[in-house]
Amino acid sequence: MFTDDAGKGGISAGGPGNSENSMRRTGGDLVQLITPAGERISHPEFDSWLKDVSDEQLCSLYEDMVVIRRIDAEATALQRQGELALWPPLLGQEASQIGSARALRDDDFVFPSYRDNGVAYCRGVKVEDLVRAWRGNASAGWDPFTVNVATQQIIIGAQSLHATGYAMGIQNDGADCVAVAYFGDGATSEGDVNEAMVFAASFQAPVVFICQNNHWAISEPVRLQSHIQLADRASGFGIPSMRVDGNDVLAVMAATRIALDRARRGGGPTFIEAVTYRMGPHTTADDPTRYRDANELEDWAAKDPISRMKALLDCKGLLTADLEDAVAAKADAVAKELRAGTINMPEPQPLDIFKHVYSTPNSWLDRQQDHYSRYLASFGDPAEAASEEGAR
Amino acid sequence: MIKEFRLPDLGEGLTESEIVAWKVAVGDTVTLNQIIAEVETAKAVVELPSPFAGVVAALHEQPGTVVEVGKPIVSFEIEDDGAGGSAPDAAAGKREPNLVGYGAVLEASGRPARRTRTFAAPAAASVAAEPVPVAPVRAAEPVESMQVESKPVESKPVESKPAASVPGERPRSTPPVRKLAKDLGVDLVAVTGTGEHGLITRDDVRNFVGGGDLPAAAQELAGAPAQATGLVQARGERETRTPIKGVRKFTAAAMVASAFTAPHVTEFLTIDVTPTMELLARLKASRAFAGYKLTPLTLVSKAVLIALRNHPTLNARWDEANQEIVQFNYVNLGIAAATPRGLTVPNIKDADRMSLMELSSALTELTDTARAGKTGPEALSGGTISITNIGVFGIDAGTPILNPGEAAILALGAVRKMPWEYQDEVALRQVMTLSLSFDHRLVDGEQGSRFLQDLGAMLADPGMVLAMV
Repeated sequence: MFTDDAGKGGISAGGPGNSENSMRRTGGDLVQLITPAGERISHPEFDSWLKDVSDEQLCSLYEDMVVIRRIDAEATALQRQGELALWPPLLGQEASQIGSARALRDDDFVFPSYRDNGVAYCRGVKVEDLVRAWRGNASAGWDPFTVNVATQQIIIGAQSLHATGYAMGIQNDGADCVAVAYFGDGATSEGDVNEAMVFAASFQAPVVFICQNNHWAISEPVRLQSHIQLADRASGFGIPSMRVDGNDVLAVMAATRIALDRARRGGGPTFIEAVTYRMGPHTTADDPTRYRDANELEDWAAKDPISRMKALLDCKGLLTADLEDAVAAKADAVAKELRAGTINMPEPQPLDIFKHVYSTPNSWLDRQQDHYSRYLASFGDPAEAASEEGAR
Repeated sequence: MIKEFRLPDLGEGLTESEIVAWKVAVGDTVTLNQIIAEVETAKAVVELPSPFAGVVAALHEQPGTVVEVGKPIVSFEIEDDGAGGSAPDAAAGKREPNLVGYGAVLEASGRPARRTRTFAAPAAASVAAEPVPVAPVRAAEPVESMQVESKPVESKPVESKPAASVPGERPRSTPPVRKLAKDLGVDLVAVTGTGEHGLITRDDVRNFVGGGDLPAAAQELAGAPAQATGLVQARGERETRTPIKGVRKFTAAAMVASAFTAPHVTEFLTIDVTPTMELLARLKASRAFAGYKLTPLTLVSKAVLIALRNHPTLNARWDEANQEIVQFNYVNLGIAAATPRGLTVPNIKDADRMSLMELSSALTELTDTARAGKTGPEALSGGTISITNIGVFGIDAGTPILNPGEAAILALGAVRKMPWEYQDEVALRQVMTLSLSFDHRLVDGEQGSRFLQDLGAMLADPGMVLAMV
């Protein structure tokens, strides 16, 4: 049974953990287009937004999901091997990230959270740039304006304000692009997200709020945070919302397209709740077995977004050995690139810190840099110190 | 070539982790990212994926040891292609990145340098900030010398006041000198500064070390560990010292907390359980229970659950903080289990709502999981009353200590054939002793006694259940 039931009578929710059979859970039907068994369910409204999705595109969506899962696994391994300080795994949220990111236009601007590495990958961020900040080699991994993706926000929900502000800027410019904020279920309890929704609604800003409800705000289950479905929180701000199966890449894609279209045509903000599940730990420093039931994970593993897509491709006769080989080869190549890029990443030098303060020369900073470099020099040349060590 | 893998910081600022188990042995061929070990940090048990493809050349640490971050734990023999490599080579003394993974370069103290360097900044910066021309360097000396320090020692003990004259203040010196002192294992507090205003110079540190008679502090540093090692080795054969940690530590804390907060009373009742054993045999033979594992514990558990309906005070908790008695309207039945990692008391949630079949399955699952050492935290918390089956060890009775937060615990003795009064004659009967400890703050002698009596009545004659439910 789907923990958050799809289709008619969606109020009843089974399974342990996060879903309670409560009258206060008012949420509308959860839109699902692909069942966990890989069957395509027709949905008149949503289907009309997916008419152009060809078989090749289905295969490419599948490839993207497999590749980001592999990036995620490789980065987790790199953390365990001491090559990254930390990593926030996205395991289980592939469909939510790929389905939404693939609906965007190049000139749309994404404001992601730290977990949205799949979104960043989809937008063209280089894989080693994904881990640059997690290795501690830089404060941010990439130049936001080259890929129209802001740097990942660590502060929960703060990026929703940035997105709304950017969207108000789009309005002033008279453009038809859209700002997209990605955040999680926990962020909807933060002041920032609520303020962002107030402003987005007041100004009818072209912003889409994509909430990946992965059921856990670190160790806090979503049911403790909200007695109503998260999608229903948006209605309090006068923002239309949709509640979709976040493990269903097509449902997420259609919902995102609907929201983007509304924003482009001056219809204002939309809130999308993608109901998914964080199958891994909050970060590599977390142990979810301390606070959640193994059965819950098992239930969600049965709804895995990738195996579901695989089943759909199989049903359609698209899952050929060639496709699987090609996808596996791509994933392997990307993982290899990530590993090599991480390990060979140049170590930042102490004086590099001065390069990222002002864009133009600054005499006060130059003075500080001069002092600091002489301070560093007082330690002597490390290479000679090493040879002395060896001689001892 | 041989590549070492050193223990990384696995969770945002940890200094050590415990090797729980190795998943590979020396000589095994491993692939990249193959799981090679399980490691427990203060935050989680995590699996370590291999950073190399190659052959395991050596395992440097035994399971159960707590290893400091940065210590080598495993070495690999890998093909020399340089491509699959992971960790940068650790040439001795070479500066290494201290941002990720292996943390800072190891100091003599074995602690990451970043921690010990916390007070290196402000005073030092101001000294270095002065445009001090670097003095010509003598070949034998490290390059780190600065003019201030390499001054001829002509100003000898003119007025050498001890640098640490103000209590708690760090002796005056410069960062390179502090580094030198640390490298040489010298405590600057013991060094007399000959520089300006008592500044400790490089030469002061050198003289301090080279000056023949080692000062007390240095002697202590050098001598103490050796002596200690000697002691440990000498006594090694007669006693073994095991660090108190893990389940043992937790158990100890829980037992102390329980024994010294809840006033325990223990009562005993010995009964003829022959009818219960006969019932057990009949149930085992019945088709309905085919595939279910039934033991005396199953039936006693059921009897406890039934008896609790009439004696709910035993299923309660003393809430000291709120000055309230918490009466549970459900029973999470704890079963003490000996596991590879020590005693645990996992509990069966809402056991009072279970049929005998469900209870039997739950008990089987609980003990299997516990024996495999896989009991989750969920199962270990929230118990309301417990049973410990000491009978499996052939023991008759005991005075069990309450699981903290619970009002009662029942110990089951062994079922023995004993001469017993039966129908006014002495017969060989199957006899068992029940030992019930309860928290006397919550449960009076009368309530405890009546509960135990009801329990005994059911086990002596299972038909009595009809009179109780």
